[in-house]
Amino acid sequence: MSEPAARPDGRLAENILYFARALRAAGIPVGPGAVLDALEAVKAAGVGTREDFYWTLHAVFVKRHEHSILFDQAFRIFFRRRGYIDQLLAMMLPAAPGAPRPPEAGATRIHEALFSGLDDKLKQEREIELDTRMTVSDREVLQRKDFAQMTNAEIAAAKEAMKRLVLPFAELRTRRLKPHPRGRLIDIRRTLRSSLKGGGDFIDLRFVGPKSKPPPVVALLDISGSMSQYSRIFLHFLHALTEQRRRVSTFLFGTRLTNVTRALRERDPDDALAACSASVPDWSGGTRIASSLHAFNKLWARRVLTQGAIVLLITDGLERDADDTLAFEIDRLHRSCRRLLWLNPLLRFEGFEARARGIKTMLPHVDEFRPIHNLESMAALVAAFQGGDRRAGDPKAWMQKVA
Amino acid sequence: MNKTAPRRLPASIDATVALLGEADYLADRALGTVLYLALKMGRPLFLEGEAGVGKTEIAKVLSTTLGRRLIRLQCYEGLDVAAAVYEWNYAAQMIAIRVAEAEGEHDRARLERDVFSERFLIRRPLLQALEPDPAGAPVLLIDEIDRTDEAFEAFLLEVLGDFQVTIPEMGTVKAAQPPVVVITSNRTREVHDALKRRCLYHWVGYPSAERELSIVRTKVPGIGKKLSEQVVAFVQGLRKQDLFKSPGVSETLDWAGALSELDVVALDPATVSDTLGVLLKYQDDIARLEGSKVKELLDEVKSELRAAE
Repeated sequence: MSEPAARPDGRLAENILYFARALRAAGIPVGPGAVLDALEAVKAAGVGTREDFYWTLHAVFVKRHEHSILFDQAFRIFFRRRGYIDQLLAMMLPAAPGAPRPPEAGATRIHEALFSGLDDKLKQEREIELDTRMTVSDREVLQRKDFAQMTNAEIAAAKEAMKRLVLPFAELRTRRLKPHPRGRLIDIRRTLRSSLKGGGDFIDLRFVGPKSKPPPVVALLDISGSMSQYSRIFLHFLHALTEQRRRVSTFLFGTRLTNVTRALRERDPDDALAACSASVPDWSGGTRIASSLHAFNKLWARRVLTQGAIVLLITDGLERDADDTLAFEIDRLHRSCRRLLWLNPLLRFEGFEARARGIKTMLPHVDEFRPIHNLESMAALVAAFQGGDRRAGDPKAWMQKVA
Repeated sequence: MNKTAPRRLPASIDATVALLGEADYLADRALGTVLYLALKMGRPLFLEGEAGVGKTEIAKVLSTTLGRRLIRLQCYEGLDVAAAVYEWNYAAQMIAIRVAEAEGEHDRARLERDVFSERFLIRRPLLQALEPDPAGAPVLLIDEIDRTDEAFEAFLLEVLGDFQVTIPEMGTVKAAQPPVVVITSNRTREVHDALKRRCLYHWVGYPSAERELSIVRTKVPGIGKKLSEQVVAFVQGLRKQDLFKSPGVSETLDWAGALSELDVVALDPATVSDTLGVLLKYQDDIARLEGSKVKELLDEVKSELRAAE
């Protein structure tokens, strides 16, 4: 007797294991626990058709909506042969007629064909996908960015500067309560427990007060050509910010919008910047602020701008065709977040005036406008975000200057 | 709908789809599969999708068709253990302490045992869901989990992993029979992977035209054939437009209901413009469809329907 006949589900388990590996290669995080779950699920569902098999594995392996499409491709490639699935399913059904049969002729060959070089195939498929994305428009300048490596001194300086960073509205009062010596509400639970210690003769009042925590930060960073000399320091800043506090999302935009939040979670700043660079195809190209903001408003705003988020918009505001759409999108962005901060590195000249059309369009819709004259160090950047003088950040003052 | 007697869990994917169908919930095969697996494997079901695609409805339908009790926990910012799991009845405890005092009872250990007993425990949804029920384990609906914060999510890990909660004063309460858990999220925030890992995940999308048509006909019984076809085709067309918020199934049903109340037999541009507020909830979206746009879309829909005949 051959091995699969002796253990009817042996081959199935093996295949699910390989399939899980293929998924991992395709970028879906699949742990060993999920493989066991999948095996249990396939047995529990008692699947008979290809569709059921598909959705059973889908239920276990896919934990994010955006992974659905990767799963679909991997499944197609992996189980390309329709007959192969039926064969697999037949093996696990104990009542299937003639279940313990010797493997069909060619089964071994199919097996080999399926599993050898599978990873390569998947990789190829993904590469093709990438290529097509990169040829959408030939007007865009698509290039990768090489960042110089961080020196230890730089990293240390950055950490030092980050420690001093206090963003405006740094703390957000949540609706949660925490024990507080001078709180206004009585914490009955703690009061009762501490009163019981004394046998209940006197009531020892304990108080609670509001708990505050830093609000989520969403950074929208312009990486177009006019900003290219600053992108490294901004990314470095955002990496340090991501490391320091929770709930930081980072988006880069030039001609298109890219979410690099996950890439910036890499511990090492060099790794993080390299990962960012790899995931963004439009470094140092043109700027389409309006369409990038539109993409953000439509696809991400409702997912990341909750719970009182602060938006850091970092751009020089040099939009070539500033029209109504830009005003509309920036207005929408302003209305969906709690606080919109605009940091403009173009203000490096003392005599800067907000004359460019894009800047004029966007100014009325931001809460704070932060100039930065000298962007050479993290300390300067941090200081700019803090902005000592409240009036200096008032966009209306800037509007009046050019009126 | 009549409340049916408690019954056993469905035995196959087909039976699951049929079960939902009994309560007029028309599920596709993918949802049937994941729901069947969740019931069979005793795992929580994590449903994510846009607002108004029928996520919450699944839990309600499950509870009616299975004849189980529905326990709903609506999440909100600041939701804490006192509102979600249990709370002590402090007023009653205070009185008990005073009474004990008046009786000259000064044994602290005994006093504590008396005061922190089940008599003074107020059960909130999560604790209720762990209690045995003669009709079978209840259906626990944790609605819109994205509205609460990470701290509560972390707390849920214990509840959903082992179906138990720990009350420091009393000990651990463990469910003899795990409840059927349905978690929904509108994705206004990413829920942590650790929680998702414990669940079976399903993205509830917009239904196909065919399925949406049968949903409309089941849920709005008095609706005419022509009107229902036009309504569904129009909504499907709207979803292809560049809108900030596409209409969900519940909007389609509201609209179909409204039109049928107004005794409309077929769609015309004026009626559509007047009732657009039922479908679209953002002024920008409504403004986008003002003027000739509605007529264009409607003409497109009508010619498509004519071609299909």
